[in-house]
Amino acid sequence: MDPFKKIKTIVTPLDQVNVDTDQIIPKQFLKLVQKSGFGKYLFFNWRYDENENQKQGFVLNDQKYQHSQILVTGENFGCGSSREHAVWALKDYGFSVIIAPSFADIFYSNCFKNGILPIKLDSKIVEELKQELGEIEVDLEHQILKTNTKKIPFNIDNHKKKILLEGLDDISQTLQFEERISQFEKQSMIPSVL
Amino acid sequence: MGKTLFEKIWDSHLVVEKENAPSLIYVDRHLVHEVTSPQAFDGLRMNNRSVRRPDLTIATMDHNVPTTDRSLPILDQTSAIQIQTLEKNCKDFGIKLFDITSPNQGIVHVIGPQLGITLPGSTIVCGDSHTSTHGAFGALAFGIGTSDVEHVLASQTIWLEKPEPFEIRVEGKRKNPHAVTAKDIILSIIKNIGTAGGTGTVIEYSGEGITDLSMEQRMTICNMSIEGGARAGLVAPDEKTFDYLRNRQYTPNNYDVLVEYWRENLKTDQDAKFSKTFTLHIENIAPQVSWGTNPGMTCDVTDSIPFSEDYSNGDENQKKAADKALEYMNLKSGTPMTEIKIDRVFIGSCTNARLEDLMEASKVIKGQKVSEKVRAMVVPGSQMVKKQAEEIGLDKIFIDANFEWREAGCSMCLGMNPDILLPGERCASTSNRNFEGRQGTGGLTHLVSPVMAAAAAIEGHFVDVRELDLN
Repeated sequence: MDPFKKIKTIVTPLDQVNVDTDQIIPKQFLKLVQKSGFGKYLFFNWRYDENENQKQGFVLNDQKYQHSQILVTGENFGCGSSREHAVWALKDYGFSVIIAPSFADIFYSNCFKNGILPIKLDSKIVEELKQELGEIEVDLEHQILKTNTKKIPFNIDNHKKKILLEGLDDISQTLQFEERISQFEKQSMIPSVL
Repeated sequence: MGKTLFEKIWDSHLVVEKENAPSLIYVDRHLVHEVTSPQAFDGLRMNNRSVRRPDLTIATMDHNVPTTDRSLPILDQTSAIQIQTLEKNCKDFGIKLFDITSPNQGIVHVIGPQLGITLPGSTIVCGDSHTSTHGAFGALAFGIGTSDVEHVLASQTIWLEKPEPFEIRVEGKRKNPHAVTAKDIILSIIKNIGTAGGTGTVIEYSGEGITDLSMEQRMTICNMSIEGGARAGLVAPDEKTFDYLRNRQYTPNNYDVLVEYWRENLKTDQDAKFSKTFTLHIENIAPQVSWGTNPGMTCDVTDSIPFSEDYSNGDENQKKAADKALEYMNLKSGTPMTEIKIDRVFIGSCTNARLEDLMEASKVIKGQKVSEKVRAMVVPGSQMVKKQAEEIGLDKIFIDANFEWREAGCSMCLGMNPDILLPGERCASTSNRNFEGRQGTGGLTHLVSPVMAAAAAIEGHFVDVRELDLN
């Protein structure tokens, strides 16, 4: 995974609560066996009509947000299915940061495995950010968002911050604990399935 | 201070414990299916890694398998590739697979308990959010993303921040337990706590309203924990639990020794503390029907479609969401729920496609015909459920009533296979999610119990099943 760098773009406001992963990436696109190429299907049913023409009025179809890497949205973002395809689609489309008052647990955890930074902020601040027209700088190292007029600090777990900043591979880290895993297995009382 | 059941299972699976950071947890059972695993196996190959414990890993194909004749080739090429990919991956990495021709094939959360793979006090993961179903047996079971599937395949462990314990007490006795079901209990809970009410928690369901339930009904409750935002939900195991798992195909040889240990240890201590508590009294609850586009948007069958102002209680964002949901669902506020006409009925999914669900639904249908305006189907949760149902003649009852009787799979719960709603079709569904387009682009889903779905199939609209004789 590439290390997470400072980014500075305008925000894409998606003014909805409880956006579920079925909306982020509809089921008909879950049949691919690779991780790449999901961006074109992001929010497919909201972006396109039945003839696959762009729907007017959906925020991603507004040219002005084309290069935005920051999605600002409502509470409980990413609820529903555990499909990591939702995160792959957001990342492939170009989003690296998602700001919301709250996230669903599995989605939140999936973000960090794919170089996306989910930021939880008070809903009042999120509402203000949705209205922000200028660029916002996201500085993960110092845990701060900078608009033209404001500096907004945010919280993040140190371990998760390190994973993003260093682009760490979880598995190789875990395998360093091989001895402890083996030891655990020796005393485990739950037998094999087969 | 005492511990909750969840905390006991957590503590007994800690490989590496860290303060204020994710801990490394051992995984006892890893269930794998075709949709969320191909990229994980690819990752193993790229890094020259093997599967650490194939003997703790079980695979089946459920999400996109057709539910029609199994001897025919799969017409959808992308589905066929995904299914072949799972076959190859299981072969290459030495994993036991219940393939499309296996008598054990079925929805992964239906076959786990049925085969005795699910065990109390164990940790179970799967790349599927409804893994919470297995919590009905007192297991800590939760859904994971594909990166974590790869991580578990490689290391048999997972990094997890410790969730908070959330107690949901279900008190009282239902007056008509055949009409007001486990599905109605869990929908009532979600209606009350909201779809994010359980975020960051593991729910423990307790109280007379839960211990009264059969194992299959408890699975319905735990299954939808994720719809209330919780990663997992569980019920302390009791004699019903131990009896259910005895003598299954993969029940461990030392089962009685395990049961003795579980009986002693798998319960929440008297003085344990929960971070949150919610109590639902069920004496007077009605059958539930969802009206919106998330499972929290649910009302009594005797209610009318709500006005968004009443639903949102002054929250502007929730009002907007309700307006959008009503528009999508093509519903007018104030319309009595029992006047809503339906086009389709789906009895299936990991929520409600076990034998008891089919038995209960068949009572409503016996000797009746599906309304001429309705197309109705039953998709058993597993091939074993299908076989057991056929042995007691349920297939005949459904087929005589003009239901389609299908092979096992996830089917129209998420419409990855050919079983989908057409745009504008309205469906009474026993599944778990009523999200926009979930059952097919433009499809309109109302979540209900199996008896409610069956009655709606006969009448062509929702009915209060408490008025029927179901005993």
